[in-house]
Amino acid sequence: MTRITALLLALLATSAPLHAAPEAVADYGSGSTRLLVKGAADIASFGPVMQAFTAAHPAYSVRLEQWNTNALHTAASTACRDPGPDADLVVSSAVDLQVWLVNQGCAQPHVSPLTAALPPGRIWRNELFGLTQEPAVIVYNRRLVPEAEAPTSRFQLLDLMRNPGKRYLGRIATYDIERSGVGYLFAFNDSVQASTFGSLTEAMGANGAIATCCSAEIIAGVAEGRWLIAYNVLGSYALPQADQNPDLAIIAPEDYTLMLSRAGLIPRGAAHPEGGAALVDFLLSEAGQAELARQRLIVRMGAAGDIQLRGQSAASIRPIELSPVLLLGLDRQRRERFLSSWRAAFAPR
Amino acid sequence: MTAAANAPSLTRRLGLALALLLLVGGGIVSALAFAYGQQAADRTYDQLLTGAANQMAESVSLVDGRPVVDLPISAFQLLAFAPDDRIFYSITDPDGTLITGEPLPRISPKLWVYSQQHSGEMVRFATAQRLFSERGFSGAVTVIVGQTLRAREALAAEITRNALIVMGIAGLLMALLAVFVARSALGPLGRIEAALAARAPQDVSPLTVPVPREIGRLVASLNGFMARLDRVLTANRRLTADASHQLRTPIAALRAQAELAADETDPERLRAIVGRIHARSRDLSRLAEQILSHAMVIHRADAGALGPLDLRQVAMTAAEEVSHVLPDRAGELRLDLSEDPVPARGEALSLVEACKNLILNGLTHGASPVIIRASVSPEAALLSVADCGPGPQAHRKARPSPTSGAGLGLTIVEAVADAHDGTIETQTTAKGYEVNLILPLLPPEAQP
Repeated sequence: MTRITALLLALLATSAPLHAAPEAVADYGSGSTRLLVKGAADIASFGPVMQAFTAAHPAYSVRLEQWNTNALHTAASTACRDPGPDADLVVSSAVDLQVWLVNQGCAQPHVSPLTAALPPGRIWRNELFGLTQEPAVIVYNRRLVPEAEAPTSRFQLLDLMRNPGKRYLGRIATYDIERSGVGYLFAFNDSVQASTFGSLTEAMGANGAIATCCSAEIIAGVAEGRWLIAYNVLGSYALPQADQNPDLAIIAPEDYTLMLSRAGLIPRGAAHPEGGAALVDFLLSEAGQAELARQRLIVRMGAAGDIQLRGQSAASIRPIELSPVLLLGLDRQRRERFLSSWRAAFAPR
Repeated sequence: MTAAANAPSLTRRLGLALALLLLVGGGIVSALAFAYGQQAADRTYDQLLTGAANQMAESVSLVDGRPVVDLPISAFQLLAFAPDDRIFYSITDPDGTLITGEPLPRISPKLWVYSQQHSGEMVRFATAQRLFSERGFSGAVTVIVGQTLRAREALAAEITRNALIVMGIAGLLMALLAVFVARSALGPLGRIEAALAARAPQDVSPLTVPVPREIGRLVASLNGFMARLDRVLTANRRLTADASHQLRTPIAALRAQAELAADETDPERLRAIVGRIHARSRDLSRLAEQILSHAMVIHRADAGALGPLDLRQVAMTAAEEVSHVLPDRAGELRLDLSEDPVPARGEALSLVEACKNLILNGLTHGASPVIIRASVSPEAALLSVADCGPGPQAHRKARPSPTSGAGLGLTIVEAVADAHDGTIETQTTAKGYEVNLILPLLPPEAQP
């Protein structure tokens, strides 16, 4: 385990700048027991949920640390190896890395009526819990992209990129999957889910598409008009922006829409495991889920929801299930080959 | 009552035996079910594990003389059939250098599937190899895949639990069936008990309760016992009636003579009265003897076992005993015995007694000589006593005679004939009167 962790860390270290420290820290509540939550989640959206938790459980206060997904994973696996108190809850959108942590025995189980009610794809070993519902969406600038050209599926996106007019040359953005854990997760799942992925990356490379980090930057770029279309963006980040900027339009791809459930685990060395468990139960409770929905971390799909479904059925929504199958994407050789082919496609020519 | 309460209960004994059977059998079946569940679960998940290892081994290829692994998602999906189990894998080149995965323990190169503690849990490992022999690379690439045991333990527990549930139901049904069987088997005894309890005290007629064959023997011997009881009771009743009837008159006569003697002063007449008293009391004592012998004969014939005997012997013994009792009349007896044995089944003492009674009757009421015969007719053994007297009228009339006391004689003979499945025939000829006791002839193979 030590060796593979070292390998993985070395791998991550080469691909992403290592942050030994969180990007931001916020405190909530004034309870005497202070829980430490490490999250690959924006304080802006996750903070109010923590606030709601401390309001419901006054005995606890919460320190929320905002991390980059890869940095968070490094920190969490280091903490798993080291003795001494750990965070009480680790939440990350890079659910494959979360599955890896659980597979390495870094988490402790928690069972309650609320966890038992979770569908099988949103819970693993009673140690990893899918807390949110966030689709991978296409975002475009309504002002700059004609309604008729709006890509409602990957096939239409492909057609646009092959457009001889070259209007979209260098104006399409997506995650840099080497730097963004969630970007890698989406891309890898695309490669597993559909045969379109190869031609998509190829077309993106040929189109001079931009691979960058991170959600906020990509969405802002589309809103400003720097980029016209962004592919595989977290819907939970796009929605609040779209509320403020009418130019920003969101599409759930018709062929299939990946649905990510941001996963939380209670580290084996948690200082207050019962606090972590209380937090998990709160997040899964009606009140917690309502607060997450208010923060757009639970995105409702369909007619009365946040994102309209155009003609496609609910079956086109494909949850990224919490299961050891996700470990495949983390295999060293597989990941290396995947990244190198991706790199080759995006290489400047 | 206390004896019945302390007696062992059939139902309890059955219940205990059944409980023991279920306990021991249940224990054995439980152990088997557990072993089977464990084995079935192991086999199932070992196959999945080996399948995944083989798929991973298949995905190894050589690129520029170096082994490269393109892990198939199907291998992981196969492993995910155990949805809650952790997965470990390692792929190493012939030198043992890790190609991908994490270092895993290998117990022995000969062991392809094994269990080993790893990462804080018991883990089942399966191995597979891919052999290469190319210019730049030769040897075996080894794949080890490991998985924790939750799913297989759950499956084993489920199989065991289901087997135990089935067994429990079967045991319950067996117990219910056993209770039913015990009740229905003991049911006829209850019916017999009820039938006996419902009877009037004097009722000794055979039981007619329908019962199974096994209990039929019990009922048959019960009925046999009651028939014997009936005969004894009947004989006793008849004996009592006869005895009181026969004794009353001679005793009254004796008393009258005694009272007469008390008032008599003439020595000559007194002597005559005493003579009569002596004669009466002798008759009376013979009568009493007959009554007692009657009782004894009935008892013996009924209770005693009938054995093979020779009627000639019976005739001789009877004649001899009569000669002892009445030595002055021994000369009037004639024995007429066949030269061959006269075999019959009977009880010697009662037959002798019957014969003696016939002889005494003949001596008392008939005329000398009295001839005793024993002979074989084609189907029967015959014992007959004949006298030269006038015949039945005398006998019939003699019966109520206050002085003779001989009436009982024929009653005894009838009782003995009854007990021997025989009959009595009487005939009057010109020569005299003859009584035949006819017994079934003993078949030659049973003869002594």
